[in-house]
Amino acid sequence: MSATEHGLLYRLVERARRRSVWLYHFNAGACNGCDIEFISCLTPRYDMEQAGIRLEGSPRHADVLCVSGPVTRNTRAALETIYEQLPEPKVVVALGSCPATCNVFAGSPVVDGPIDKIVPVDIYVPGCPPRPHAILDGVGRAIEKLAQRKAAAEAGEE
Amino acid sequence: MSVVRAFFALLIFPGLLYALPVGWLMMGIARKLKARCQRRIGPPLCQPFWDAVKLLAKIPVRRRSNEVPLYIGLPLMAVATAVGALAMLPVFRGESSFVGDMIVLVGLLEMPPLCFILAGYASRSIYGEVGATREAVVSIASNVPFLAALVAMGTAAGSMRISQIVSSTPWIVRVPALLTILFCMPIKMRLNPFSLANAEQEVLAGPLTEFDGPRLGLWEIAHALEWVALTGFTVALAIPVRSGLWYVDAPVFVLLSIALVVPLTLLASATGRLKLGQATRLMWKWGGAAAVLALAAAFFVRGGGH
Repeated sequence: MSATEHGLLYRLVERARRRSVWLYHFNAGACNGCDIEFISCLTPRYDMEQAGIRLEGSPRHADVLCVSGPVTRNTRAALETIYEQLPEPKVVVALGSCPATCNVFAGSPVVDGPIDKIVPVDIYVPGCPPRPHAILDGVGRAIEKLAQRKAAAEAGEE
Repeated sequence: MSVVRAFFALLIFPGLLYALPVGWLMMGIARKLKARCQRRIGPPLCQPFWDAVKLLAKIPVRRRSNEVPLYIGLPLMAVATAVGALAMLPVFRGESSFVGDMIVLVGLLEMPPLCFILAGYASRSIYGEVGATREAVVSIASNVPFLAALVAMGTAAGSMRISQIVSSTPWIVRVPALLTILFCMPIKMRLNPFSLANAEQEVLAGPLTEFDGPRLGLWEIAHALEWVALTGFTVALAIPVRSGLWYVDAPVFVLLSIALVVPLTLLASATGRLKLGQATRLMWKWGGAAAVLALAAAFFVRGGGH
């Protein structure tokens, strides 16, 4: 379906979803490196907020779930709960190499990852830790996916 | 005629149609100004509008059916009472004023924070409960000086009619009373030195932690309306005369309401969050002192009149 086929309200909502993206950051046993780089995206140098992106404290408020860390056994249940708590439409971003491959923790008995065994992942941001530019790029791709996801969901309902 | 006037006040000015865009604009100004103070670029001014649209269009997570009425009813009540308070603001010369309408107005202004507290407890999240407790303690601390200042104005004017209070409170009472009300403003708007209830990164989102999608969107709308109502209330009490011409009174009211957001935001971005004990102590001490000053002046004025 092309955008012109939809009504004014549909286009308004789609625009709002692109312009107002709230993130929730979940540390699934990360070494804190990715977390530091992630937070630096909110600082005056990178200032994600100018694109309407905001870091939220509660997963229920968020659109994008950003996960760092290899998903340890202790954090697995929390990750599953938090994934369920995000309202649709939602996108999951895996920050750094740990959630993607378990990185240096691969094979450890206390690691349940990689993350795609537990929740579906949309965007991988590689790096150990990824640079803030890479994270911003990942969030940008997540926003695109958010808009597409909504269109797909509506097409499925109809 | 008065029914038409009431509907106009509720739905158009200073009600919903005026307050919603202006509330979003105020919040946008606050976010932008705060960002500029931190040397960031900050979100566009219309950001709160996009946030609200996005939240209203989200699909909330299914909840147990007995929780849903509370989760929708409380924010709806906050929106409704905020609109009611807005409609009662004395923007124009008060033909529709009735005896004791100040008490109704203050009651309506106090309803959204009450709904906020109830929402925190109803959500049964630990963050919600901590946030609600903080909001309750802080709002008691701010309401004692706030109400004392209003009582002082009412005593000096000899009436609890809004139109009378606005027009005939002497300046010796009005100045300390307004200072007290201004002092309470950051608490009532949950702005930074007193942002204890919704302390982000501390108790997550306070009472609203468990709200998602459209239910959270309703709260965002209620907050926008609350901002307009509270700034409008202060401004309306501060302007002593009404010209009687709508095209003079309304723009003055609107511009001053929006201008009031600027010092409040500057204060919020210049300060860090206080602890609960510090905030209440500050309020009881200095808010109380200003309120006592206003009350003393009011009784002095009344005593002189007899």
